[in-house]
Amino acid sequence: MALILDHVTYEYGNGTELTVRALNDVSLVIPDGQFIGLIGHTGSGKSTLVQHLNGLLTPTSGHIYYNGEDIHDRDFSKKKLRGRVGLVFQYPEHQLFETDVFTDVCFGPKNLGLDKKEVQLRAFQALKQVGLPDDCFYQPPFDLSGGQKRRAAIAGVLAMKPEVLVLDEPTAGLDPKGRDEILDLVSSLRDENGMTVILVSHSMDDVAEYVDRIVVMDRGGVCFDDTPKEVFSHKEELEGMGLSAPQVTDIMHALKKAGWSVDTTVTTLEETKREILKRLAR
Amino acid sequence: MKIVKTKDLVFEYIRRDEEGNVEGITTALDHVDLEVNPGDFIAILGHNGSGKSTLAKHFNAILMPTEGTVRVDGMDTGEQEKVWDIRQRAGMVFQNPDNQIIGQVVEEDVGFGPENMGVPTKEIWERVEESLRAVGMYEYRKYAPNKLSGGQKQRVSIAGVLAMHPKCIVLDEPTAMLDPGGRREVIRAVRALNDVEKVTVILITHYMEEIIHADKVFVMDGGKIAMQGTPREIFSRVEKLKELRLDVPKVTLLAHELKKEGVPLPDGILTVKEFVEALDRLRSGRR
Repeated sequence: MALILDHVTYEYGNGTELTVRALNDVSLVIPDGQFIGLIGHTGSGKSTLVQHLNGLLTPTSGHIYYNGEDIHDRDFSKKKLRGRVGLVFQYPEHQLFETDVFTDVCFGPKNLGLDKKEVQLRAFQALKQVGLPDDCFYQPPFDLSGGQKRRAAIAGVLAMKPEVLVLDEPTAGLDPKGRDEILDLVSSLRDENGMTVILVSHSMDDVAEYVDRIVVMDRGGVCFDDTPKEVFSHKEELEGMGLSAPQVTDIMHALKKAGWSVDTTVTTLEETKREILKRLAR
Repeated sequence: MKIVKTKDLVFEYIRRDEEGNVEGITTALDHVDLEVNPGDFIAILGHNGSGKSTLAKHFNAILMPTEGTVRVDGMDTGEQEKVWDIRQRAGMVFQNPDNQIIGQVVEEDVGFGPENMGVPTKEIWERVEESLRAVGMYEYRKYAPNKLSGGQKQRVSIAGVLAMHPKCIVLDEPTAMLDPGGRREVIRAVRALNDVEKVTVILITHYMEEIIHADKVFVMDGGKIAMQGTPREIFSRVEKLKELRLDVPKVTLLAHELKKEGVPLPDGILTVKEFVEALDRLRSGRR
Protein backbone atom coordinates (compact mmCIF):
# COMPACT_ATOMS: atom_id res chain seq x y z
CA MET A 1 0.00 0.00 0.00
CA ALA A 2 0.94 3.58 -0.44
CA LEU A 3 3.46 5.79 1.29
CA ILE A 4 2.09 9.30 1.74
CA LEU A 5 3.91 12.48 2.71
CA ASP A 6 1.54 15.17 3.87
CA HIS A 7 2.92 18.73 4.07
CA VAL A 8 6.29 17.61 5.41
CA THR A 9 8.70 20.33 6.52
CA TYR A 10 12.07 19.63 8.07
CA GLU A 11 14.51 22.05 9.66
CA TYR A 12 18.07 21.34 10.73
CA GLY A 13 19.47 23.12 13.78
CA ASN A 14 15.98 23.92 14.96
CA GLY A 15 15.69 26.74 17.49
CA THR A 16 19.20 28.06 16.80
CA GLU A 17 20.41 30.89 14.63
CA LEU A 18 21.65 28.42 12.06
CA THR A 19 18.24 26.94 11.27
CA VAL A 20 18.14 25.63 7.73
CA ARG A 21 14.90 24.54 6.14
CA ALA A 22 15.88 21.42 4.20
CA LEU A 23 12.36 20.38 3.26
CA ASN A 24 9.63 22.87 2.62
CA ASP A 25 6.04 21.67 2.65
CA VAL A 26 6.53 18.49 0.61
CA SER A 27 3.46 16.43 -0.24
CA LEU A 28 3.84 13.23 -2.24
CA VAL A 29 1.88 10.04 -2.83
CA ILE A 30 3.98 6.99 -3.62
CA PRO A 31 1.71 4.16 -4.79
CA ASP A 32 2.75 0.49 -4.84
CA GLY A 33 4.88 -0.85 -7.63
CA GLN A 34 5.95 2.49 -9.09
CA PHE A 35 9.51 3.16 -10.27
CA ILE A 36 10.27 6.74 -9.29
CA GLY A 37 13.33 8.82 -10.10
CA LEU A 38 14.20 11.50 -7.56
CA ILE A 39 16.47 14.17 -9.01
CA GLY A 40 17.82 17.53 -7.88
CA HIS A 41 21.17 19.26 -7.52
CA THR A 42 23.42 18.65 -4.50
CA GLY A 43 21.77 20.22 -1.47
CA SER A 44 18.25 20.28 -2.93
CA GLY A 45 16.86 18.09 -0.15
CA LYS A 46 16.76 14.65 -1.83
CA SER A 47 18.66 12.80 0.86
CA THR A 48 16.75 14.54 3.65
CA LEU A 49 13.50 13.48 1.99
CA VAL A 50 14.68 9.91 1.61
CA GLN A 51 15.60 9.70 5.29
CA HIS A 52 12.03 10.57 6.21
CA LEU A 53 10.64 7.60 4.32
CA ASN A 54 11.68 5.05 6.94
CA GLY A 55 11.52 7.33 9.94
CA LEU A 56 15.23 8.09 10.33
CA LEU A 57 14.30 11.77 10.51
CA THR A 58 11.13 13.12 12.12
CA PRO A 59 9.44 15.99 10.30
CA THR A 60 9.44 19.38 12.03
CA SER A 61 5.85 19.61 10.85
CA GLY A 62 3.61 17.44 8.68
CA HIS A 63 2.93 13.70 8.64
CA ILE A 64 4.08 10.56 6.88
CA TYR A 65 1.67 7.67 6.44
CA TYR A 66 2.58 4.12 5.59
CA ASN A 67 -0.39 1.91 4.70
CA GLY A 68 -2.68 4.47 6.26
CA GLU A 69 -0.86 4.67 9.59
CA ASP A 70 1.12 7.68 10.80
CA ILE A 71 4.68 6.37 11.18
CA HIS A 72 5.36 8.71 14.09
CA ASP A 73 2.37 7.50 16.11
CA ARG A 74 3.39 6.21 19.50
CA ASP A 75 2.17 2.65 18.89
CA PHE A 76 3.55 2.38 15.35
CA SER A 77 6.50 -0.01 15.14
CA LYS A 78 9.45 1.80 13.54
CA LYS A 79 11.41 -1.42 13.55
CA LYS A 80 8.83 -3.09 11.35
CA LEU A 81 8.80 -0.04 9.07
CA ARG A 82 12.55 -0.30 8.56
CA GLY A 83 12.11 -3.85 7.39
CA ARG A 84 9.46 -2.69 4.92
CA VAL A 85 11.17 0.41 3.58
CA GLY A 86 14.73 -0.56 2.68
CA LEU A 87 17.26 2.21 2.30
CA VAL A 88 20.46 1.73 0.30
CA PHE A 89 22.73 4.66 1.08
CA GLN A 90 25.40 6.18 -1.16
CA TYR A 91 28.47 3.96 -1.38
CA PRO A 92 26.70 1.20 0.60
CA GLU A 93 29.77 -1.02 0.30
CA HIS A 94 31.45 1.14 2.94
CA GLN A 95 28.98 -0.34 5.39
CA LEU A 96 29.96 -3.97 4.81
CA PHE A 97 31.60 -5.05 8.03
CA GLU A 98 31.30 -8.80 8.57
CA THR A 99 34.07 -11.29 7.90
CA ASP A 100 32.27 -12.83 4.94
CA VAL A 101 29.58 -11.73 2.51
CA PHE A 102 26.95 -14.25 3.62
CA THR A 103 27.15 -13.27 7.30
CA ASP A 104 26.93 -9.63 6.31
CA VAL A 105 23.74 -10.18 4.35
CA CYS A 106 22.28 -12.11 7.34
CA PHE A 107 22.65 -9.06 9.58
CA GLY A 108 19.43 -7.32 8.49
CA PRO A 109 16.98 -10.24 8.71
CA LYS A 110 18.64 -11.42 11.96
CA ASN A 111 17.79 -8.06 13.50
CA LEU A 112 14.19 -8.43 12.40
CA GLY A 113 14.09 -11.29 14.93
CA LEU A 114 13.58 -14.11 12.41
CA ASP A 115 14.75 -17.64 13.20
CA LYS A 116 18.11 -18.79 11.96
CA LYS A 117 16.81 -20.96 9.14
CA GLU A 118 14.66 -18.19 7.72
CA VAL A 119 17.54 -15.70 8.04
CA GLN A 120 19.88 -17.94 6.06
CA LEU A 121 17.26 -18.72 3.46
CA ARG A 122 16.59 -15.03 2.89
CA ALA A 123 20.29 -14.20 2.71
CA PHE A 124 20.79 -16.93 0.16
CA GLN A 125 17.84 -15.75 -1.94
CA ALA A 126 18.97 -12.12 -1.79
CA LEU A 127 22.49 -13.00 -2.94
CA LYS A 128 21.03 -15.03 -5.81
CA GLN A 129 18.72 -12.13 -6.71
CA VAL A 130 21.57 -9.66 -7.09
CA GLY A 131 23.42 -12.17 -9.23
CA LEU A 132 26.57 -12.64 -7.17
CA PRO A 133 28.44 -15.81 -8.16
CA ASP A 134 28.27 -18.59 -5.50
CA ASP A 135 32.00 -18.61 -4.86
CA CYS A 136 31.76 -15.02 -3.54
CA PHE A 137 29.35 -15.93 -0.72
CA TYR A 138 31.99 -16.93 1.83
CA GLN A 139 34.69 -14.52 0.76
CA PRO A 140 35.60 -11.46 2.82
CA PRO A 141 33.74 -8.47 1.34
CA PHE A 142 37.06 -6.72 0.70
CA ASP A 143 38.07 -9.34 -1.86
CA LEU A 144 35.16 -8.45 -4.14
CA SER A 145 35.30 -5.92 -6.95
CA GLY A 146 33.59 -2.53 -6.62
CA GLY A 147 30.46 -3.63 -8.48
CA GLN A 148 30.24 -6.91 -6.57
CA LYS A 149 30.59 -5.15 -3.21
CA ARG A 150 27.75 -2.87 -4.14
CA ARG A 151 25.59 -5.85 -5.05
CA ALA A 152 26.42 -7.52 -1.73
CA ALA A 153 25.35 -4.36 0.09
CA ILE A 154 22.09 -4.21 -1.85
CA ALA A 155 21.51 -7.89 -1.03
CA GLY A 156 21.79 -6.95 2.66
CA VAL A 157 18.76 -4.70 2.26
CA LEU A 158 16.85 -7.10 -0.02
CA ALA A 159 17.19 -9.88 2.55
CA MET A 160 14.80 -7.92 4.75
CA LYS A 161 12.21 -8.31 1.96
CA PRO A 162 11.28 -4.66 1.77
CA GLU A 163 8.13 -3.50 -0.04
CA VAL A 164 9.74 -0.18 -0.88
CA LEU A 165 13.36 0.04 -1.96
CA VAL A 166 15.08 3.42 -1.86
CA LEU A 167 18.50 3.71 -3.50
CA ASP A 168 20.61 6.84 -3.10
CA GLU A 169 22.83 7.08 -6.19
CA PRO A 170 23.44 3.37 -6.53
CA THR A 171 25.61 3.74 -9.63
CA ALA A 172 28.08 6.44 -8.49
CA GLY A 173 31.65 5.41 -9.25
CA LEU A 174 30.71 2.27 -11.20
CA ASP A 175 31.89 1.61 -14.74
CA PRO A 176 29.25 1.87 -17.51
CA LYS A 177 28.57 -1.88 -17.59
CA GLY A 178 28.29 -1.95 -13.80
CA ARG A 179 25.82 0.94 -13.98
CA ASP A 180 23.63 -0.95 -16.44
CA GLU A 181 23.79 -4.13 -14.37
CA ILE A 182 22.65 -2.41 -11.17
CA LEU A 183 19.84 -0.57 -12.95
CA ASP A 184 18.66 -3.73 -14.71
CA LEU A 185 18.66 -5.50 -11.36
CA VAL A 186 16.58 -2.79 -9.73
CA SER A 187 14.23 -2.71 -12.67
CA SER A 188 13.70 -6.48 -12.53
CA LEU A 189 12.98 -6.31 -8.77
CA ARG A 190 10.13 -3.99 -9.61
CA ASP A 191 8.87 -6.04 -12.55
CA GLU A 192 9.09 -9.46 -10.93
CA ASN A 193 8.40 -8.74 -7.25
CA GLY A 194 6.21 -5.67 -7.62
CA MET A 195 8.54 -3.71 -5.38
CA THR A 196 8.19 0.06 -5.24
CA VAL A 197 11.53 1.60 -6.21
CA ILE A 198 12.75 5.12 -5.55
CA LEU A 199 15.98 5.92 -7.35
CA VAL A 200 17.94 9.01 -6.35
CA SER A 201 20.21 9.85 -9.26
CA HIS A 202 22.36 12.49 -10.87
CA SER A 203 22.26 10.76 -14.22
CA MET A 204 19.41 12.09 -16.32
CA ASP A 205 20.11 9.46 -18.96
CA ASP A 206 19.63 6.60 -16.49
CA VAL A 207 16.49 8.11 -15.05
CA ALA A 208 15.02 8.66 -18.51
CA GLU A 209 15.66 5.08 -19.58
CA TYR A 210 14.18 3.37 -16.53
CA VAL A 211 11.58 5.20 -14.43
CA ASP A 212 7.80 5.80 -14.76
CA ARG A 213 7.75 9.04 -12.86
CA ILE A 214 10.23 11.76 -11.95
CA VAL A 215 10.14 13.96 -8.88
CA VAL A 216 12.41 17.01 -9.18
CA MET A 217 13.53 18.73 -5.98
CA ASP A 218 14.83 22.28 -5.74
CA ARG A 219 15.53 24.24 -2.56
CA GLY A 220 13.68 21.77 -0.36
CA GLY A 221 10.50 21.70 -2.40
CA VAL A 222 9.09 19.55 -5.20
CA CYS A 223 9.09 21.59 -8.39
CA PHE A 224 8.14 18.96 -10.96
CA ASP A 225 6.38 15.64 -10.48
CA ASP A 226 5.40 13.93 -13.71
CA THR A 227 6.36 11.43 -16.42
CA PRO A 228 9.92 11.68 -17.81
CA LYS A 229 8.57 13.11 -21.07
CA GLU A 230 6.72 15.90 -19.31
CA VAL A 231 9.54 16.72 -16.87
CA PHE A 232 12.28 16.78 -19.50
CA SER A 233 10.24 19.11 -21.71
CA HIS A 234 11.25 21.77 -19.16
CA LYS A 235 14.86 21.64 -20.37
CA GLU A 236 15.73 25.27 -19.65
CA GLU A 237 14.28 25.31 -16.14
CA LEU A 238 16.14 22.08 -15.33
CA GLU A 239 19.43 23.53 -16.57
CA GLY A 240 18.81 26.61 -14.43
CA MET A 241 18.63 24.29 -11.41
CA GLY A 242 22.00 22.65 -12.13
CA LEU A 243 20.35 19.66 -13.80
CA SER A 244 20.00 18.78 -17.46
CA ALA A 245 17.86 16.92 -19.95
CA PRO A 246 18.99 13.50 -21.22
CA GLN A 247 21.57 13.76 -23.97
CA VAL A 248 19.21 12.37 -26.57
CA THR A 249 16.75 15.17 -25.82
CA ASP A 250 19.58 17.68 -26.39
CA ILE A 251 20.32 16.03 -29.73
CA MET A 252 16.69 16.44 -30.81
CA HIS A 253 16.69 20.11 -29.81
CA ALA A 254 19.83 20.65 -31.91
CA LEU A 255 18.24 18.91 -34.90
CA LYS A 256 15.14 21.03 -34.57
CA LYS A 257 17.27 24.18 -34.53
CA ALA A 258 18.94 23.00 -37.75
CA GLY A 259 15.56 22.86 -39.43
CA TRP A 260 14.52 19.23 -38.89
CA SER A 261 10.91 18.81 -37.85
CA VAL A 262 11.59 16.25 -35.13
CA ASP A 263 9.76 15.49 -31.90
CA THR A 264 11.81 17.03 -29.07
CA THR A 265 9.97 15.20 -26.29
CA VAL A 266 11.82 11.92 -26.75
CA THR A 267 13.84 10.81 -23.72
CA THR A 268 15.24 7.37 -24.53
CA LEU A 269 17.76 6.17 -27.10
CA GLU A 270 15.28 3.76 -28.69
CA GLU A 271 12.66 6.49 -29.19
CA THR A 272 15.26 8.84 -30.64
CA LYS A 273 16.43 6.23 -33.10
CA ARG A 274 12.88 5.49 -34.27
CA GLU A 275 12.08 9.20 -34.59
CA ILE A 276 15.15 9.90 -36.74
CA LEU A 277 14.55 6.84 -38.93
CA LYS A 278 10.99 8.04 -39.46
CA ARG A 279 12.19 11.50 -40.56
CA LEU A 280 14.83 10.03 -42.86
CA ALA A 281 12.27 7.76 -44.53
CA ARG A 282 10.28 10.74 -45.78
CA MET B 1 61.12 15.47 -22.47
CA LYS B 2 58.00 13.51 -21.58
CA ILE B 3 56.12 14.74 -18.54
CA VAL B 4 55.18 11.20 -17.55
CA LYS B 5 56.84 8.06 -18.87
CA THR B 6 56.35 4.54 -17.60
CA LYS B 7 58.50 1.70 -18.82
CA ASP B 8 57.60 -1.94 -18.23
CA LEU B 9 55.67 -0.88 -15.16
CA VAL B 10 54.51 -3.79 -13.00
CA PHE B 11 52.70 -3.43 -9.69
CA GLU B 12 51.81 -6.37 -7.50
CA TYR B 13 49.74 -6.53 -4.35
CA ILE B 14 50.52 -9.26 -1.89
CA ARG B 15 47.32 -10.62 -0.36
CA ARG B 16 47.58 -11.94 3.19
CA ASP B 17 45.17 -13.89 5.38
CA GLU B 18 44.33 -12.91 8.98
CA GLU B 19 47.54 -14.43 10.38
CA GLY B 20 49.62 -12.53 7.85
CA ASN B 21 50.50 -15.53 5.71
CA VAL B 22 50.79 -14.82 2.03
CA GLU B 23 47.66 -16.04 0.21
CA GLY B 24 48.58 -14.92 -3.23
CA ILE B 25 49.79 -12.14 -5.44
CA THR B 26 47.57 -9.93 -7.55
CA THR B 27 49.13 -8.20 -10.52
CA ALA B 28 47.37 -4.84 -10.71
CA LEU B 29 49.60 -3.42 -13.44
CA ASP B 30 51.12 -5.69 -15.99
CA HIS B 31 53.96 -4.22 -18.07
CA VAL B 32 52.51 -0.83 -18.81
CA ASP B 33 54.35 1.44 -21.24
CA LEU B 34 52.88 4.90 -21.48
CA GLU B 35 54.14 8.34 -22.46
CA VAL B 36 52.54 11.70 -21.92
CA ASN B 37 53.72 14.85 -23.71
CA PRO B 38 53.79 18.14 -21.80
CA GLY B 39 50.60 20.15 -22.34
CA ASP B 40 48.50 17.18 -23.43
CA PHE B 41 45.02 16.32 -22.23
CA ILE B 42 45.07 12.60 -21.57
CA ALA B 43 42.12 10.43 -20.58
CA ILE B 44 42.31 7.01 -18.96
CA LEU B 45 39.28 4.74 -19.18
CA GLY B 46 38.72 1.27 -17.84
CA HIS B 47 36.20 -0.76 -15.86
CA ASN B 48 36.29 -1.03 -12.05
CA GLY B 49 39.34 -3.05 -11.13
CA SER B 50 41.13 -2.53 -14.45
CA GLY B 51 44.09 -0.84 -12.77
CA LYS B 52 43.57 2.77 -13.79
CA SER B 53 43.61 4.23 -10.26
CA THR B 54 46.64 2.14 -9.38
CA LEU B 55 48.35 3.53 -12.45
CA ALA B 56 47.40 7.11 -11.51
CA LYS B 57 48.85 6.66 -8.04
CA HIS B 58 52.20 5.91 -9.63
CA PHE B 59 52.24 9.31 -11.31
CA ASN B 60 52.87 11.15 -8.07
CA ALA B 61 54.73 8.50 -6.15
CA ILE B 62 51.90 7.39 -3.84
CA LEU B 63 52.73 3.90 -5.09
CA MET B 64 56.13 2.66 -6.25
CA PRO B 65 56.57 0.16 -9.06
CA THR B 66 57.29 -3.48 -8.20
CA GLU B 67 59.17 -3.72 -11.50
CA GLY B 68 59.98 -1.21 -14.20
CA THR B 69 60.23 2.55 -13.85
CA VAL B 70 58.02 5.63 -13.73
CA ARG B 71 59.56 8.95 -14.61
CA VAL B 72 57.80 12.22 -13.90
CA ASP B 73 59.36 15.22 -15.59
CA GLY B 74 62.53 13.17 -15.89
CA MET B 75 62.66 12.12 -12.21
CA ASP B 76 62.49 8.47 -11.21
CA THR B 77 59.71 7.95 -8.61
CA GLY B 78 61.79 5.15 -7.08
CA GLU B 79 64.30 7.67 -5.71
CA GLN B 80 63.20 8.53 -2.17
CA GLU B 81 64.72 12.02 -2.12
CA LYS B 82 62.81 13.05 -5.25
CA VAL B 83 59.36 12.23 -3.85
CA TRP B 84 58.48 15.77 -2.75
CA ASP B 85 59.65 17.29 -6.02
CA ILE B 86 57.57 14.77 -7.92
CA ARG B 87 54.43 15.45 -5.91
CA GLN B 88 54.88 19.12 -6.59
CA ARG B 89 55.20 18.51 -10.32
CA ALA B 90 52.24 16.15 -10.56
CA GLY B 91 49.31 17.04 -8.31
CA MET B 92 46.36 14.78 -7.67
CA VAL B 93 42.61 15.35 -7.24
CA PHE B 94 40.41 12.52 -5.94
CA GLN B 95 36.77 11.52 -6.18
CA ASN B 96 35.35 12.81 -2.94
CA PRO B 97 35.86 16.56 -2.38
CA ASP B 98 35.11 16.19 1.34
CA ASN B 99 38.19 14.03 1.82
CA GLN B 100 40.64 16.56 0.44
CA ILE B 101 39.58 19.89 1.91
CA ILE B 102 41.09 20.72 5.27
CA GLY B 103 40.97 24.53 5.60
CA GLN B 104 38.25 26.40 7.49
CA VAL B 105 38.15 29.03 4.77
CA VAL B 106 38.52 28.46 1.03
CA GLU B 107 41.61 30.65 0.59
CA GLU B 108 43.35 29.00 3.56
CA ASP B 109 42.72 25.60 2.07
CA VAL B 110 44.17 26.62 -1.28
CA GLY B 111 47.21 28.13 0.48
CA PHE B 112 47.97 24.91 2.35
CA GLY B 113 50.05 23.34 -0.43
CA PRO B 114 52.36 26.28 -1.17
CA GLU B 115 52.67 26.97 2.57
CA ASN B 116 54.02 23.47 3.11
CA MET B 117 56.47 23.97 0.29
CA GLY B 118 57.92 26.98 2.10
CA VAL B 119 56.73 29.56 -0.40
CA PRO B 120 57.10 33.14 0.97
CA THR B 121 53.82 34.51 2.41
CA LYS B 122 53.36 37.24 -0.17
CA GLU B 123 53.74 34.78 -2.99
CA ILE B 124 51.33 32.32 -1.33
CA TRP B 125 48.59 34.95 -1.53
CA GLU B 126 49.39 35.64 -5.17
CA ARG B 127 49.22 31.96 -5.96
CA VAL B 128 45.96 31.53 -4.04
CA GLU B 129 44.40 34.36 -5.97
CA GLU B 130 45.48 33.19 -9.41
CA SER B 131 44.50 29.57 -8.69
CA LEU B 132 41.04 30.52 -7.46
CA ARG B 133 40.57 32.76 -10.50
CA ALA B 134 41.64 29.95 -12.82
CA VAL B 135 38.84 27.68 -11.55
CA GLY B 136 36.32 30.51 -11.24
CA MET B 137 36.07 30.40 -7.44
CA TYR B 138 37.68 33.74 -6.53
CA GLU B 139 34.39 35.26 -5.30
CA TYR B 140 34.12 32.41 -2.80
CA ARG B 141 37.58 32.88 -1.27
CA LYS B 142 36.19 33.88 2.14
CA TYR B 143 33.59 31.11 2.29
CA ALA B 144 33.68 28.09 4.58
CA PRO B 145 34.14 25.03 2.32
CA ASN B 146 31.17 23.27 3.93
CA LYS B 147 28.87 25.96 2.56
CA LEU B 148 29.83 25.12 -1.03
CA SER B 149 28.21 22.70 -3.48
CA GLY B 150 30.00 19.53 -4.58
CA GLY B 151 31.17 21.05 -7.87
CA GLN B 152 32.45 24.15 -6.09
CA LYS B 153 34.32 22.07 -3.50
CA GLN B 154 35.90 20.02 -6.23
CA ARG B 155 37.04 23.21 -7.99
CA VAL B 156 38.58 24.37 -4.70
CA SER B 157 40.46 21.05 -4.53
CA ILE B 158 41.76 21.67 -8.04
CA ALA B 159 42.81 25.21 -7.08
CA GLY B 160 44.66 23.72 -4.09
CA VAL B 161 46.71 21.58 -6.44
CA LEU B 162 47.17 24.41 -8.90
CA ALA B 163 48.62 26.69 -6.22
CA MET B 164 51.60 24.34 -6.02
CA HIS B 165 52.33 25.22 -9.68
CA PRO B 166 52.35 21.64 -10.94
CA LYS B 167 53.23 20.83 -14.52
CA CYS B 168 50.74 18.02 -14.51
CA ILE B 169 47.45 17.39 -12.73
CA VAL B 170 45.99 13.91 -12.29
CA LEU B 171 42.25 13.72 -11.64
CA ASP B 172 40.83 10.39 -10.48
CA GLU B 173 37.08 10.41 -11.18
CA PRO B 174 36.64 14.00 -10.04
CA THR B 175 32.98 14.15 -11.11
CA ALA B 176 31.68 10.79 -9.86
CA MET B 177 29.82 12.31 -6.93
CA LEU B 178 28.55 15.48 -8.60
CA ASP B 179 25.22 16.55 -10.10
CA PRO B 180 25.12 17.51 -13.81
CA GLY B 181 25.73 21.21 -13.08
CA GLY B 182 28.72 20.39 -10.88
CA ARG B 183 30.09 18.05 -13.50
CA ARG B 184 29.88 20.77 -16.17
CA GLU B 185 31.68 23.27 -13.88
CA VAL B 186 34.54 20.92 -13.08
CA ILE B 187 35.12 19.77 -16.64
CA ARG B 188 35.03 23.36 -17.87
CA ALA B 189 37.63 24.33 -15.24
CA VAL B 190 39.86 21.38 -16.16
CA ARG B 191 39.71 22.18 -19.86
CA ALA B 192 40.56 25.82 -19.19
CA LEU B 193 43.63 24.77 -17.19
CA ASN B 194 44.79 22.75 -20.12
CA ASP B 195 43.96 25.31 -22.84
CA VAL B 196 44.94 28.50 -21.06
CA GLU B 197 47.49 27.54 -18.39
CA LYS B 198 48.97 24.72 -20.49
CA VAL B 199 48.94 22.33 -17.55
CA THR B 200 49.14 18.67 -18.58
CA VAL B 201 45.90 16.94 -17.60
CA ILE B 202 45.43 13.24 -16.92
CA LEU B 203 41.74 12.56 -16.37
CA ILE B 204 40.33 9.26 -15.18
CA THR B 205 36.59 8.96 -15.60
CA HIS B 206 33.60 6.73 -16.24
CA TYR B 207 31.76 9.48 -18.11
CA MET B 208 32.57 9.12 -21.79
CA GLU B 209 31.25 12.58 -22.70
CA GLU B 210 33.93 14.24 -20.60
CA ILE B 211 36.83 13.11 -22.72
CA ILE B 212 35.77 13.82 -26.30
CA HIS B 213 38.21 16.76 -26.38
CA ALA B 214 41.17 14.78 -25.06
CA ASP B 215 44.34 14.56 -27.17
CA LYS B 216 44.75 10.90 -26.41
CA VAL B 217 42.80 8.15 -24.67
CA PHE B 218 44.20 5.05 -22.98
CA VAL B 219 41.86 2.18 -22.16
CA MET B 220 42.96 -0.17 -19.38
CA ASP B 221 41.92 -3.80 -18.93
CA GLY B 222 43.43 -6.39 -16.60
CA GLY B 223 46.31 -4.10 -15.69
CA LYS B 224 47.34 -3.66 -19.31
CA ILE B 225 46.73 -0.94 -21.86
CA ALA B 226 44.08 -2.52 -24.07
CA MET B 227 43.50 0.36 -26.50
CA GLN B 228 45.02 3.75 -27.19
CA GLY B 229 44.31 6.50 -29.67
CA THR B 230 42.38 9.70 -30.25
CA PRO B 231 38.82 9.86 -28.88
CA ARG B 232 37.53 9.42 -32.43
CA GLU B 233 39.57 6.27 -32.99
CA ILE B 234 38.60 4.83 -29.62
CA PHE B 235 34.90 5.64 -29.82
CA SER B 236 34.64 4.25 -33.35
CA ARG B 237 34.97 0.82 -31.79
CA VAL B 238 31.65 0.60 -29.98
CA GLU B 239 31.52 -3.20 -29.71
CA LYS B 240 35.09 -3.52 -28.46
CA LEU B 241 34.43 -0.92 -25.75
CA LYS B 242 31.28 -2.75 -24.66
CA GLU B 243 33.35 -5.91 -24.28
CA LEU B 244 35.61 -3.94 -21.94
CA ARG B 245 32.53 -2.96 -19.85
CA LEU B 246 32.70 0.58 -21.18
CA ASP B 247 30.45 2.76 -23.22
CA VAL B 248 30.57 5.57 -25.79
CA PRO B 249 29.00 9.03 -25.63
CA LYS B 250 25.21 8.87 -26.21
CA VAL B 251 25.45 10.70 -29.54
CA THR B 252 28.11 8.26 -30.76
CA LEU B 253 25.92 5.36 -29.69
CA LEU B 254 22.90 6.83 -31.47
CA ALA B 255 24.91 7.25 -34.69
CA HIS B 256 26.17 3.68 -34.32
CA GLU B 257 22.62 2.33 -33.86
CA LEU B 258 21.36 4.30 -36.87
CA LYS B 259 24.22 2.96 -38.92
CA LYS B 260 23.21 -0.57 -38.00
CA GLU B 261 19.76 0.28 -39.40
CA GLY B 262 21.41 1.17 -42.70
CA VAL B 263 21.80 4.95 -42.36
CA PRO B 264 25.16 5.80 -43.99
CA LEU B 265 26.78 7.83 -41.19
CA PRO B 266 30.54 8.10 -40.63
CA ASP B 267 32.17 6.27 -37.69
CA GLY B 268 33.21 8.02 -34.51
CA ILE B 269 30.80 10.96 -34.35
CA LEU B 270 31.64 12.62 -31.05
CA THR B 271 29.52 15.75 -30.69
CA VAL B 272 25.93 16.76 -31.26
CA LYS B 273 27.19 19.31 -33.79
CA GLU B 274 28.93 16.64 -35.86
CA PHE B 275 25.83 14.48 -35.70
CA VAL B 276 23.54 17.24 -36.95
CA GLU B 277 25.99 18.10 -39.74
CA ALA B 278 26.22 14.48 -40.83
CA LEU B 279 22.43 14.18 -41.01
CA ASP B 280 22.24 17.50 -42.88
CA ARG B 281 24.69 16.19 -45.46
CA LEU B 282 22.55 13.07 -45.90
CA ARG B 283 19.46 15.20 -46.43
CA SER B 284 21.04 17.55 -48.97
CA GLY B 285 22.70 14.61 -50.73
CA ARG B 286 19.31 13.16 -51.50
CA ARG B 287 17.77 16.28 -52.90
